[in-house]
Amino acid sequence: MDLANLTIAEAASKLRRGECSSVELTRAVLARAHAVEPRIHSFLARCDDTAVAAAADADARLARGGDANPLTGIPIALKDVIATRGVPTTAGSRILENFVPPYDATVTARLRTSGAVIVAKANCDEFAMGSSTENSAFAVTCNPWDVGRVPGGSSGGSATAVAAAECLGALGTDTGGSVRLPAAFCGVVGMKPTYGRVSRYGVVAYASSLDQVGPLTRDVRDCALLLGAIAGHDPLDSTSVDTPVPDYAAGLDAGVRGLRIGLPREYFVAGMQPEVERSVRAAVRTLEGLGAAVTEVSLPHTRYGIAAYYLIATAEASSNLARYDGVKYGRRSQGNGGLLEMYRRTRAEGFGREVKRRIMLGTYALSAGYYDAYYLKAQKVRTLIRRDFAAAFERCDVLVTPVAATTAFPIGARTADPLQMYLTDVCTIPVNLAGLPGLSLPCGFDGAGLPIGLQIIGAPFAEETVLRAAHAYEQATEWHRRRPQIGAT
Amino acid sequence: MKITREEVRNVARLARLDLSADEEAAFAADLDQILTYVEMLDELDTGAVEPTAHVVELETPYRDDEVTNQPDADTLLAGAPARDGTHLKVPKIIE
Repeated sequence: MDLANLTIAEAASKLRRGECSSVELTRAVLARAHAVEPRIHSFLARCDDTAVAAAADADARLARGGDANPLTGIPIALKDVIATRGVPTTAGSRILENFVPPYDATVTARLRTSGAVIVAKANCDEFAMGSSTENSAFAVTCNPWDVGRVPGGSSGGSATAVAAAECLGALGTDTGGSVRLPAAFCGVVGMKPTYGRVSRYGVVAYASSLDQVGPLTRDVRDCALLLGAIAGHDPLDSTSVDTPVPDYAAGLDAGVRGLRIGLPREYFVAGMQPEVERSVRAAVRTLEGLGAAVTEVSLPHTRYGIAAYYLIATAEASSNLARYDGVKYGRRSQGNGGLLEMYRRTRAEGFGREVKRRIMLGTYALSAGYYDAYYLKAQKVRTLIRRDFAAAFERCDVLVTPVAATTAFPIGARTADPLQMYLTDVCTIPVNLAGLPGLSLPCGFDGAGLPIGLQIIGAPFAEETVLRAAHAYEQATEWHRRRPQIGAT
Repeated sequence: MKITREEVRNVARLARLDLSADEEAAFAADLDQILTYVEMLDELDTGAVEPTAHVVELETPYRDDEVTNQPDADTLLAGAPARDGTHLKVPKIIE
């Protein structure tokens, strides 16, 4: 039995029955990573030695008995924008290539307290800016279903690691779709919680009103378990919300009888890959067969989401990335000039092309004379998008949409035209603008064997409803049991 | 062009970014394309619409002004590019 292919729930059960140890489980995923990393490059820093030590601690804890925490002894990978004490955290950028955080992010600390085993830092687009993981300064991560194709982004490494069984779960971050899109392209489950549900403390900030940490897992139950381990108010994050965290796994099997599903017509965009549309509509029929009631709805401002996002997110990013100046940490350029020259050269040398592009755009949108026309205007359109969703949720419990118009595209296919890459996120961005919970799970494969993702969107703090609907669909299908064949190294 | 080379240089100056001449030209073209795309927002009448700064209703949380962490300058400054005791060294600011 290949322990690396277990789900978190299955592994937790085996660990408690003494059928395997965390050390065995951890060694299995580390061996798997050793075998597949040359092909897919999910990881930046790898923590093999500390992981085995943590696994031994978990085994001791399990042996003492009475440990009900499902994450104890479970190998997890963290996107490299999430701070890990003593382990390099680069955000996929040269400007932080030597940065070793002296502290853990809150989500990291919560996983450690749970007894989870952190095995590696996952590759990502630089500063989480991208939809393909091609913007990482260090590596291009390859889709395990076809290594000539992107895994999606920006949390590409987190998704590929889960798909390829290099860990049993991973954390990513999602600002415009960066958990949900790679989940869809890699055939795994990925969720962005409601804004404020999970602490952002210790997470490298891209756009502070949009960023959320989210789980990537093999199935929906695991997603519920991993979300439960990290969710909850944090006094260190003043945007985290002080509402109780339910047991997300408890109500999973309640089914969807009577659940009101809305299908927003604007998400079935012209030019969608036909197989994607067919799979999504077939998934909706499956949910209807399970007792859900489906109605078409309209979110009329959907098409303005990308424009609003690329003003708001870039404006916030231009402010957040001002701290990378070579003074306190990270890279500093060498030279004999004064302070301002040091700032300009450090940032010119340390940031990649896409990051510079977004900083420039955001700075322009906030600058005197342009603030009202761009940033303020975008914030008002954000209100209109939120209102669209609020109106829909008066009649629906969840909304179901595609995650993207296509399956995974070839590496290099969209890098020549930034705007073409931005358009990849048309179905995911509005969910961040409205701060809603959204989940992606597999709903089929195209003719080339590439995964297709289904998005389920909920009302604020209705993660339980989203998970329940996703679980019902998943359990009525077999998509979640398929594994990529990565081939010999 | 929605954005001139001069404006690109000005934005780069505000953002503390050195750009080569090629980068200036490339970013001028990129920003031109993106700013043209975002003009679609002008189709919407937002005169009576409040801007959204945050999706969640939040009040600034307060806490007592007590030190709750252990002072540990050495750990926090361990990654500093240039250091002198508990000071960070930087290039000259003022002539």
